[in-house]
Parts: sequence; structure tokens; C-alpha cells
Amino acid sequence: MTRLGETLLALAGAAAVLALAYAVPWLRFVLTIALAKGLAVLGILLLLRAGQVSFGHALYLALAAYGIAFGTMAVPEALVLIPGAALLSGLVGLVIGLFVVRYREIFFGMLNLALSMVFYSVLEKFYAVTHGADGIRLGPVTYLGRPLAGEAAEWAVLAVALGLALAFGALVRVALASPLGEALAGIKTRETRLDFMGVSPRRVLLAAYVASAVMAGCGGAIIALTTRHVTPAIAYWTTSGELVFIAILGGAGSVLGPFLGAAAYELTRVYAAALVANAWQMVLGLVLLAVIVFAPGGLWGMIARRRPA
Amino acid sequence: MSWLSENGLLVGLALLDGLSYAAAVFMVAVGLNLVFGVLRVLNVAHGSLYAIGGYAAASLGLFVASLGAPPWAGLPVLLAAAVLVGAILGPLIERLLLRRMQDREPVLQLLVTFALFMILEDLQKLVWGVQPVVFDAPLKWLGTVDVPFGTDVIPFTAYQLYVLPGVALATLAGLAYVLRFTLVGRMVVAVTVDREAARALGIDAAKVTLLTFTAGAALAALGGALAAPTVSLVPGVGASTIVLSFAVVATAGLGQVEGAAVAALLIGLGRSFAVYVAPEFEVVVPYAIMVAVLLFRPQGLFGVAETRRI
Repeated sequence: MTRLGETLLALAGAAAVLALAYAVPWLRFVLTIALAKGLAVLGILLLLRAGQVSFGHALYLALAAYGIAFGTMAVPEALVLIPGAALLSGLVGLVIGLFVVRYREIFFGMLNLALSMVFYSVLEKFYAVTHGADGIRLGPVTYLGRPLAGEAAEWAVLAVALGLALAFGALVRVALASPLGEALAGIKTRETRLDFMGVSPRRVLLAAYVASAVMAGCGGAIIALTTRHVTPAIAYWTTSGELVFIAILGGAGSVLGPFLGAAAYELTRVYAAALVANAWQMVLGLVLLAVIVFAPGGLWGMIARRRPA
Repeated sequence: MSWLSENGLLVGLALLDGLSYAAAVFMVAVGLNLVFGVLRVLNVAHGSLYAIGGYAAASLGLFVASLGAPPWAGLPVLLAAAVLVGAILGPLIERLLLRRMQDREPVLQLLVTFALFMILEDLQKLVWGVQPVVFDAPLKWLGTVDVPFGTDVIPFTAYQLYVLPGVALATLAGLAYVLRFTLVGRMVVAVTVDREAARALGIDAAKVTLLTFTAGAALAALGGALAAPTVSLVPGVGASTIVLSFAVVATAGLGQVEGAAVAALLIGLGRSFAVYVAPEFEVVVPYAIMVAVLLFRPQGLFGVAETRRI
């Protein structure tokens, strides 16, 4: 699909989100969460391009979400909190990244998993600071200095999420077409050849890793501002698995895939939970299986195939 | 040394606890490792097999007991439940799902097992509910043993002292023997090392894969069945087991049987000492050990570094 086609589709998608959120008020919450997860999955997409799967990116979601929760106690301004939370995730991502980019495949995935589980248990066990499994309620938040609540706050978060999604989507689109993106794909095919060309695979992967941490941080920040309550569950490894799930569901072929996948995932989850309360996870599992077996390109692959560029 | 004499009981208890815990973890991790060897997929659903093995053992045990069977019957029931789960679910999963995915991208294969994990988790909730299931007849029947430790005596259940480590040791010895000295075992090793070359030698790789996956599933179920009398089974036990076994496998190095035993012991003891000394860190310790090992040996304690291909 051409760049123009993708841009138009992205704008049409954004308009559809706004229209849906206006027409069906309860969807506003679902769509904001979907955009937030889509942002995090955008980072997963970068790593997938290099053939690496992280089973631990819930760590960066949780870092930012808790960062926001603690941050509201000091600075209640959302437009300061969100960049701050993303920066926190990025910095931790840089430190951890320096360590994990030395590993590939299973070891890369497992080390990420391990570190996120360590953070999960810290959140759960240090009750005095984090209130354990009860989690923390967010304090009041202002948007551009205006204290918003209720519906107005929901619209504000949705607008921020949409803006971030469009901005990061465009950025990742550019990055994937740049030499950096080509080098990432090179890590997947044959890393040693990158070495021979004088490109450091580790540095390339580190750049992608930090970027993915920042995007997951943005996602986590928006989740915290939407749910207004953060619990350790956001750091659990199944959350990380969910992100990889969405990446495959949406399709790794385009930056629109993650958002498409996240919307489909959240909607499936809402309806499955309403229809079969005890088996929503099973429904999601069956959907994932069906996608992998019948539509390996994900939802995006199905759209792109029908409308060849 | 004064700390040790004051807390001697604690150390002894942690040692015994760690040993029995390591035994159960080893059963699960070694199966995971074997399956990874031939399939090259880290089976996320392996933890669900552990949970289902535990639940099946508890159900079967309670059923047999309700028929008026003597208390010793609990032990063979545990074994039977594990074999049953492995023999039914193992071939089903391998044949219907994993075999079809063989030539697909590794990421997709991993995700298939993740989907399977999600399905099995809910299936198990639908069958056994969310209330804890308890079956401790074998534990009660065997009673406790007084273990001398220095000047102290520690009462410990005979089941955790003899049965759990005993079965784990037998499994370790059995696997080591089969993989080294029998034709089937050599075939499994051959497929693990180089699938293509093994097939060129006339080994039916598909059959070996099916066999290994079934054995791995049965081992996971056996781990769950053996642990069932010592814990109460609740939803989510599969999820926590699988991440722990990942840690054991990564620490040991992929494809290592004896290594998995050492890593399970290391992590089992580490965890049980944490339980007694610093309970907040119980969940962290296994990962801390794994990270520390991978920092110095990126391929795991006993893993072999892969040669660079150009």
C-alpha cells in the first residue's frame, strides 16, 4: 500500500474513532485503551522486525502507569506527567536494553520476562509503598491547567491518545523505511552480515528497544489516566503476552496493524466477557489460533491483500 | 556461625522444603527442555499441562478414595493421572496443532502455544471451577519423619522427603539412560542436534517429535500430580509454573537434562531460603539467579554456544 493510502486510512481511522466515541459513549473507554495498547504494540512491531519477541514489555507499561500514579501527587498536569512517564520508561529501557540486546530469541524473550516479573513482585510485595494488589488510585489531574473530570476528562485522554498514536505511527513508518529499519530486518535474516558491513547489530537493536520502551511508556501513561487506578496486574507476564498477541492479530506488515489489532482485541474481549463470562480468555485464544492458521498476515494482511498497492 | 546455630532449624527446614520443591520443578522443566530440543518451540502451554495433571490427579484420587480404596492407592493414582493426561493431550496437541506449524516463523509457533495456554487455562476453570481443590491423602498416609539436623530434629512429611525427590531422581536417571543407551533415545538426541541430518539417516523425525512431546507432556502432568498433595490447586498455578520452568531451562541451558536438575536444585533452594529469610523476595529469587547466570554465561550453565553462521 502506498504512503498516501496509508495516511488516508490512518486519518479515516482516527475520524472513525472520534465518531464512534461520540455515538456510543461506553466505547470511549474501550477505544482509548485500544489506542494505548496499540502504541505499546507499535514498539513490539519494531522488535518483531528484528525477529525478537519480548515477553516483558508490560514492565514499561507498568513503570509509566505507576509513574503517573505517584506523579499526580506532586504535579497534577497531564501534559507534564505523560512525557515524564514516557521518559522514565525510556531511561529504564536504556539501562535494561544495554543488557538484553546481547541476547537473541528465547534468551531475549525470557530475560525481558524475568525482569518484568521482578518488577511485578516488587509492586505486589512492597505494600507500604505500592499498596500491593490493591493498587493506587490516581489523584486529580489537570489538562493544560484545567481540572477536568468525568466526560470532559475522557475526551481529553482520548484526544491525547489519538494524537500520540498518529505521531508515533508516522515516526515508526519513517523509521522502518530508513537505514535503521533495514538494519533491523537484517538482524532477523543474518546478523553476522550486518557486522561485516560495519553496522553494530546491538546498537541498532538498542535503538529499537529504547524506542519501544518509550512507546510502551506512553501507552501505560494513557492506560493509567483512563482507568484512574493502577494495580500490579498491568506488569504481569500475561499482559506482555497480550501485546505480542495484538501485534500478530493486527499484522506486522504496517504501522496501522497494531491499532487495528488492539481495537479488534479489546472489542472481542468486551463482547466475549459479556457473552461467556468465564471463558473470554478461551475465546481470545481461539481467535488467535484462527488468525495464525488462516490469516498469517493478521487483520492488516487481509485488508492489504484485497487492495493491492 | 552463631546465626547458624540460632537459626539451625530454619536452615534445615529451608533445605528440605527447597529439595522437595526443586523435585517438582525439575519434572516440569526437564519436559519443557526435551520438547524445546526436538520442536525448537518454547511451549507456553506446558504450565497448563502441569496444572491439568495436578487437577486430574486430585479428582481421580478423590474418586478412587470415595470408592473405598485403601489409602496407599493414592500413590499409583497420581502416576496414572499423569500418564493419562500426557497420553491424551500430548498427541492431540502435537498432531492437530504444532505439527501443522512446523515450517512457520518461530514467533508464530510461540504464539500458537500461547493461544493454547489461554484456551487450556479457561478450560481448566470450566472443568474444575475456581475453588481450591485439595487432595492430601498420600501425604497423610505416609505421615511425618523426624529428620535429625545437627542437634535439632525436624519433623517433615515423608511424602515430600522421599516420594518427591525419589521420583525426580528416578526420572533423571531414567532419562539419562534412555537418551544415552537406547536406540529411541539416540534418535531423540539426533533429531535435537540436527533434524535434517537425522532424517537423511532414515530417522522418522515426525514420530520422534510426537513421542518426545507426549513424554514431555506426561512429565509436566506428573510434576503437577506429584505436587498436588502438597499444595491446594487454584487457577493461575499453570501461569506461575511456566515462568518458573522458563527460568530453570534458561539457567540450565537449552537441551540439557542433567543441567535442568542442577538449575532446579539451585532455584528451588534459593526460593525456599527466600521464603524463610526474606519472604518479599520469594518471587524475585529465581529470576535473580537466572539473570546472574546469563550475565556470565549467555548460553546457560551447561548450554553449548552456537557457532556463528555467515
